[in-house]
Amino acid sequence: MATVAERPALLSAVTPAASRTEGVLRAYGAAEVLVIPLLAILVAALLFAAFIGALGKSPVQLYQLVYTGAFGTWFSWQNTLLRAAPLLLTALCVALPAQLGMVVIGGEGALVLGGLSAAAVAIPMQGFPPALVIAVMVLAGMAAGAAWIGGAGALRAYRGVNETISSLLLSYIAIAVMNHFVEGVLRDPASLNKPSTAHIGVVNMIGVLPGTRVHWGLLIGIAACLIAWFLVKRTTFGFAGRITGGNIRAARLQGLPVERLIVIFCALGGAMAGFAGMIEVAAVHGRANASLIAGYGYTGILVAFLARQHPLAVIPVSVLLGGIAAAGGLVQRRMGLPDATMLVFQGILFVLILLSETAYGRISFLQPPAERT
Amino acid sequence: MGAVIDIWSVPIAVLGGAIRVSTPFLFVSLGECLTEKSGRINLGLEGTLVVGAITGYAIAYEFNSAWIGVLAAGFAGCLFGALHGYLCSFQRVNDIAIGIALMLLGTGLAFFFGKPYIQPTAPRLPAIPLGFWSDIPHLKAALQINVLFPIGIAAAVLLWWAFRAARVGLIVRMAGDSADAARAMGYDVDRIRLLATVAGGFLAGIAGAYLSLYYPGSWNEGLSSGQGLMAVALVIFARWNPLACFAAALLFGGAGALGPALQSVGVSTGYYLFYAAPYVLTLCIMVLTSSRSHVLAGAPSELSITK
Repeated sequence: MATVAERPALLSAVTPAASRTEGVLRAYGAAEVLVIPLLAILVAALLFAAFIGALGKSPVQLYQLVYTGAFGTWFSWQNTLLRAAPLLLTALCVALPAQLGMVVIGGEGALVLGGLSAAAVAIPMQGFPPALVIAVMVLAGMAAGAAWIGGAGALRAYRGVNETISSLLLSYIAIAVMNHFVEGVLRDPASLNKPSTAHIGVVNMIGVLPGTRVHWGLLIGIAACLIAWFLVKRTTFGFAGRITGGNIRAARLQGLPVERLIVIFCALGGAMAGFAGMIEVAAVHGRANASLIAGYGYTGILVAFLARQHPLAVIPVSVLLGGIAAAGGLVQRRMGLPDATMLVFQGILFVLILLSETAYGRISFLQPPAERT
Repeated sequence: MGAVIDIWSVPIAVLGGAIRVSTPFLFVSLGECLTEKSGRINLGLEGTLVVGAITGYAIAYEFNSAWIGVLAAGFAGCLFGALHGYLCSFQRVNDIAIGIALMLLGTGLAFFFGKPYIQPTAPRLPAIPLGFWSDIPHLKAALQINVLFPIGIAAAVLLWWAFRAARVGLIVRMAGDSADAARAMGYDVDRIRLLATVAGGFLAGIAGAYLSLYYPGSWNEGLSSGQGLMAVALVIFARWNPLACFAAALLFGGAGALGPALQSVGVSTGYYLFYAAPYVLTLCIMVLTSSRSHVLAGAPSELSITK
């Protein structure tokens, strides 16, 4: 799938000595990639309002509650940021392979396995210095995620297996593997109602940012997005990946190691999702159990598509969708709506953002003057 | 005698399970096969399946008739297929991504409207007791065949015949093999694909109704777990041949029945891993049947997934 075609950059390459024109083109390009997704969000919000209205509930009250529950108070801001933290990383699990034109949707499985591996290595390490335990947990979580999604990438590169399907199948398998261990050898006998692993130890937990309830995972996620942006847009390695995504035959002719790039980008994405699982265990739950299957992997897909696979845009979009998720509980309680309400909104939003792809280059006031016809 | 039954009870349970579990696979894969033959891939059938399941269950409960439920599920599937087909007809809108979005939307809508139907019991679809000649209760139970199973076989044969000999089947294939050729003949490719996706959605909706109205036979949020998606792999494995889809569906059904069958005789080690058997099987089949270097035999050449 050819995603974000960087039209202004291509145009500017053929007009030397015209830096002013280049600036204008860039400005129009930037306006377009900003305005069209915002319009898509607006239309999705209107459609969802109509849906809620048709059910006899008040859309105005709904959006007021969403605002209050997501961004209205410092308390709700913290809820929002807590939910945004894993989304930053699971969105990268989609956005990094997407640079090579791949659609990976198995982040949920990589997250679950990352969390399980992190717990599995931490439990026998009780008594070691916490910094060492945390470092090993990070490595284990990232390695598990990287192996899982990197595996889907390798199947794509060397066997031509479609990565969308294989990554989702691997995700179901990952959840079965977690259940197997959590109900089996890793089960804490004291966990009766909800089978879990033993606790990783309070000293080995990642703390919170001073003065908040938000854990360090948020800053880790933001840092990961910045690094991913630098890697993709500012290094030769990232450039090689984007060439592969743009035209795989051209990349081969250039002598780029296409297969290796595919595997590495997928593994990096998987490592991010595995990291998210490790953080969920080490900062939130303290154990690996079914709470890891919270849909962060699937919402991450939506985040990445809304951000148009741009690692920096992932940051605000994660906060937005984290806020919508955080407000879900309030909306359900106050308006008596089912818990799937926000899932419906996410679905509508996803459809609209994909549909908005068709608007690029078609909205006349967003085109540079010379291109208008 | 008891020992003999113990040895046989696992394969018999797998056989019975294969027939029971394969029916939704059969319907979804036929729907996916039809859609893909027209040159488009619908990953959203997973969502269509869940929507079909809740629509079928809710309507069957409200009207106290399982068959009205099945029809309603098919109709809901048509609507979802139409949405997919319509959205994909826009420029630069990617069919795979739209499928993922509809998976999410379908699941969301089904859970949203399904909440009040978790408790009540809807009428079930009837079954034909084909095991009447046998004295063995296991075999009798295994051969309780739902009426949708033979209907699915008939649909497979009908599709197979249509793709070979019927005018409408050939038009669908042409749209899938060369959109340019179809356009040159004066056909509207987007419209053919839209109709093929609608018909495919109908079949997937019926598969959903089977899940909620026969086996497992109730509505809950974990009802469908990837059957709609596995059907995509199944169609590739079956090389876009409806009859091979039937055989592949039986194989997948058998894999899905392995876990419960082993559990019924008291094997509990690796219980969860056996539940993953259909996914592992799907993955293995995809690895074995995909190829990097040459186009798969029978693949519609306009299909984005095989390019």
